[in-house]
Amino acid sequence: MRVLLVEDDTETASFLTKALKESGHNAEWAADGATGLELAREGAFDVLLIDRMLPELDGLSIIHTLRKEGNQTPVLVLSALGEVDDRVKGLKAGGDDYLTKPYAYAELLARVEALSRRTIPGEQATRLVVGDLVLDRLSHAVTRAGEPITLQPREYRLLEYLMKHAGQVVTRTMLLENVWDYHFDPQTNVIDVHVSRLRSKIDKSFDKPLIHTVRGAGYVVRESDG
Amino acid sequence: MKVTGSPSRATFATTVFGLSALAVASFLVVTAALFALAIWQVNRVFVADILDALSAEAEALLASSDYGEPDALREAIKRLSKKSDTRLYYLSDPSGSKSAGNLASIPPKLAAGTSGGLFKYRYQNGPVSGERTAAGLPVHLKNGGLLVVARDIEVQRALIWWMRLLAFAAFAVIALGGLGLGFLASRSVLSRVDRLTSATRTIMDGDLSGRLPVQGSGDEFDRLSQSVNEMLTRIEHLMHGLKEVSDNIAHDLKTPLNRLRQRAESTLRTAKTQKDLAAGLGQTIEAADEIIKTFNALLLIARLEAGAIEKTKSPVPLARVLSDAAELYEPVAEEAGLSLSVAETADVTLRANRQLIGQAVINLIDNAIKYGRNTSANSTKSGLETPKSGEVTIRLQRREGCAEITVADDGPGISSADRVRAMERFVRLDKSRSLPGTGLGLSLVAAVARLHGGELRLEDNHPGLKAVLSFPL
Repeated sequence: MRVLLVEDDTETASFLTKALKESGHNAEWAADGATGLELAREGAFDVLLIDRMLPELDGLSIIHTLRKEGNQTPVLVLSALGEVDDRVKGLKAGGDDYLTKPYAYAELLARVEALSRRTIPGEQATRLVVGDLVLDRLSHAVTRAGEPITLQPREYRLLEYLMKHAGQVVTRTMLLENVWDYHFDPQTNVIDVHVSRLRSKIDKSFDKPLIHTVRGAGYVVRESDG
Repeated sequence: MKVTGSPSRATFATTVFGLSALAVASFLVVTAALFALAIWQVNRVFVADILDALSAEAEALLASSDYGEPDALREAIKRLSKKSDTRLYYLSDPSGSKSAGNLASIPPKLAAGTSGGLFKYRYQNGPVSGERTAAGLPVHLKNGGLLVVARDIEVQRALIWWMRLLAFAAFAVIALGGLGLGFLASRSVLSRVDRLTSATRTIMDGDLSGRLPVQGSGDEFDRLSQSVNEMLTRIEHLMHGLKEVSDNIAHDLKTPLNRLRQRAESTLRTAKTQKDLAAGLGQTIEAADEIIKTFNALLLIARLEAGAIEKTKSPVPLARVLSDAAELYEPVAEEAGLSLSVAETADVTLRANRQLIGQAVINLIDNAIKYGRNTSANSTKSGLETPKSGEVTIRLQRREGCAEITVADDGPGISSADRVRAMERFVRLDKSRSLPGTGLGLSLVAAVARLHGGELRLEDNHPGLKAVLSFPL
């Protein structure tokens, strides 16, 4: 996918463009707000990565301008500002997701991939299917190989989120934000315990596991572990 | 009383002095007017009385000589004039020349008129000389002559003069006394102000432990000093916190930074294979993540203490916050061999930042699970029934106008001496040093509580620790 990075720090930018290319994406870079807005207007990007504090035109103004012009390209806001209401401001301006510096590259990559509408397979589907695992979003019924699986409401939402992003790495923070709506890191890694509970219901009595752990990043639901 | 830099000028410039001077001046104006009126009235009554007496005397004189000769009147006047006292007489014949009396002459104005009046004269046959004042009454005789009966009124005038003098003396005393008192009052005010000023100077020079003097009289200065002192206590506390944080940053961030550096160095030095390098770098990244976590927690607390999250507040149903947090941590507690339950809830909605309240509750639960494990759970106390160990109980109650969230465990607890310290930044009680954590959890909870006008209390759960988050409703 095509990613536009608007970031004034040269070192960060060159690290990110290189890393994104290694991850199989096509990354372009703009070093200031005005250039960034110009490039973003030309369109054809799947995701915009915009730093909040930029020379000439700040990040939130770029997003605001784009949205006013009807440009709906998903935006991930990168910011050194992590104040309580900064996140809200970023999302209000039209950003789709917010990531505070310093961040792990795996986190950034997972979020970029989750944002791209082109690569989300199950955003609108009423039935999410991964291998023989089926989740019916209308009846909230989950079956594997035809056998019904009983899930707690939160387990259902956890599985739904993972299956919506089937094939994509989903980080612990993303799960905490999207399934629990908590925007902070608990000191204990609570997500692992929840995923392992879910795993015991989904994968335990079957040969092929569907929920996989991605070391240093998070989890992914997919048919094979290749 | 302490004498100040330029005492007199500063004293006169005070509000107190200005006000007392104004009060004295207006008092003087009013009393002067009253005194003037009184003296004028007394004077008038005196003169009127004397003229009445003169009129009676003249009548008596005329009556005694009316059927006698005019000579009889002259003789009578002559006789009366010989007595040297305050009675004065003047008699002229029809030609207008003086025929008898102890007055040398009569002012023309009095001689021409018919009503009595005051005039000046010179005392002739007495030991006293000089110009004196008298009240006289002219009587025009039938034969065309003139009789003037008069009375020296110097004694009365002296009395009035004394009254005036007394009034002026009183005014002088009042004016000087009033201004003097005003001066003293402003001196005392100034000296208090100066003491306050010098105390604030000391404080401004960096000694934040200094306080403004409070006399204990409860007057306006004491009240001012007390509220300033309270402010200073808060500032001192904040400054102390700031200093502590910078000390702690130095310590708690330098240590992991050093660890990070050492790991990178040792990897560089010892790694033989690609795999060694990868493992070393992985460890380095983990160390960096720990530093970031600590740093983020520190920043968050600093921001919370600076306040200003009002805009991010919205009505938050607290029961929901508790059930969400409990649901998130229930599996974690179970893995740790504890049971976690919400024992009691109430229908309470608080204007709050949901994320922060959630984080505070989660920190408390996290602590309860981490430190609440009763390591000596099986050692029974003799005679007492052992409480079922390994329980974390969450409660939401309404109490005395407050919403109270309680997270209680039945673990080893914290001794009362350590409870306050436990809420301070970076304080990790010895027992917890080996467990992972930033040492900022409870101070973050306390900061969140303060930000919502509430407080965090640590209490004894008999056994265990009971953390109470209390918010006023």
